[in-house]
Amino acid sequence: MLNRKVTVVDYGMCNLFNVVRAFEHVGADVTVATTPDAVQQADRLVVPGVGAFRDSMKEVQSRGFADVIRKFAQTERPLFGICVGMQILFDASEEFGEHAGRGILPGRVRAIPATTTTGQAQRVPHIGWNHLHSGGRDWAGTLLAPLAGSDPALYFVHSFAASPDRPEDSLAHCLYGGHKVCAAVQRGQVMATQFHPERSGKIGLSLLSHFMQM
Amino acid sequence: MSNLRIIPRLDIKGPNLIKGIRLEGLRVMGDPQEHAIRYYEAGADELIYMDIVASLYGRNNLSDIIQKAARDVFIPITVGGGIRSVDDARHILRSGADKVAINTAAIARPELISEVAQRFGSQAMVLSIEAKQIAPGKWEAYTDNGRERTGLDVLDWVRRGVELGAGEILLTAVDREGTRQGFDLDLLRQVSSAVPVPVIASGGMGTLTHFVEAAEQGLADAISMADVLHYKRMTVPEIRAAALAAHLPVRKL
Repeated sequence: MLNRKVTVVDYGMCNLFNVVRAFEHVGADVTVATTPDAVQQADRLVVPGVGAFRDSMKEVQSRGFADVIRKFAQTERPLFGICVGMQILFDASEEFGEHAGRGILPGRVRAIPATTTTGQAQRVPHIGWNHLHSGGRDWAGTLLAPLAGSDPALYFVHSFAASPDRPEDSLAHCLYGGHKVCAAVQRGQVMATQFHPERSGKIGLSLLSHFMQM
Repeated sequence: MSNLRIIPRLDIKGPNLIKGIRLEGLRVMGDPQEHAIRYYEAGADELIYMDIVASLYGRNNLSDIIQKAARDVFIPITVGGGIRSVDDARHILRSGADKVAINTAAIARPELISEVAQRFGSQAMVLSIEAKQIAPGKWEAYTDNGRERTGLDVLDWVRRGVELGAGEILLTAVDREGTRQGFDLDLLRQVSSAVPVPVIASGGMGTLTHFVEAAEQGLADAISMADVLHYKRMTVPEIRAAALAAHLPVRKL
């Protein structure tokens, strides 16, 4: 019998409930973790997020989740970071000064450039649906496997993006003002998306459903 | 301009989806949930819900409708109408909204914009503007569905709102709303050029050409429509196809 259990970390972020509802919609048995102990016991872990990195990291730390998330990542159980939940898996962020992340994935979180590659001013935050590019990486066997062979657009809303040190960690990018913006990463059972699968319609739900089988 | 969004707008009064002309003369259109699911299934990029009488009565009754929508609709939802405090915003966001749109309470107390942006992020703080033209090239911000004057110049107010932390502008041209006469392109272009954050055009869409004009001439980042969808004059896929044919950057489904 397939294990339908997933644990979503509650560190006070507002999109928690939408992430929970989306997982329930694809048939998952969702536990909301309000204590570090609940994180340790998870079969699969989701770190949601939206908004500012600094406030998020502060909440993750003050609620005692910081170390248990890093330890969880070493257990080979599936871990899924969403948006700011992706960014805090990296070493550090430049958002509102220097803020140490979890260092689970090597790399930094940087501001989206306020100008396009041709020098024109562009809107930041990057809000809206954007198409993913694999950059040559085969999505088979990864979080993005359900999207292989299609030209999927997913929903983004962010001012900062991860910049992985190891190119092989990158699963997909999108283009914003001509710049490559990291959209998804995976290394072993640690995976994360900058876009919001829980707000990306049926395509996004297909990724949550796939995560439940990993 | 990038990632142009197609956003059906649902104006709500009590339990009903309604539609008016210039935000008045309201007609009941039916159950908002049925319409929301229909637009979601048809590939809408986001939804906007507006409780259009909430600020008159100083309340917000949308949370039940949003909770229901959030069970079936998995695209971003913006909710406005009667949000007066950080607690009101939290309640609506926990009900399933991604962003709150605030007009009346932000004009009464502009610091509310900063408070909401700091607590939930700028991306969740949409400044809603009801604009009425008062002279050529000049618009005044109104509240309470275009009933109450504020004396605020729209361009001054949007700049201030963005400085205070608004992450997006919902710009409703009250004179055009429900008329199907096309967007106020001059207003739209001036607001889009005045601020660095995305602007959602609202009020006046009657044809597919109006949609293309709002993006090309009005420089809108997102376009909302109500009448043409509620009355089934056109569908979301038709709008998307027209935008793609005009080489506008909407997502391909």
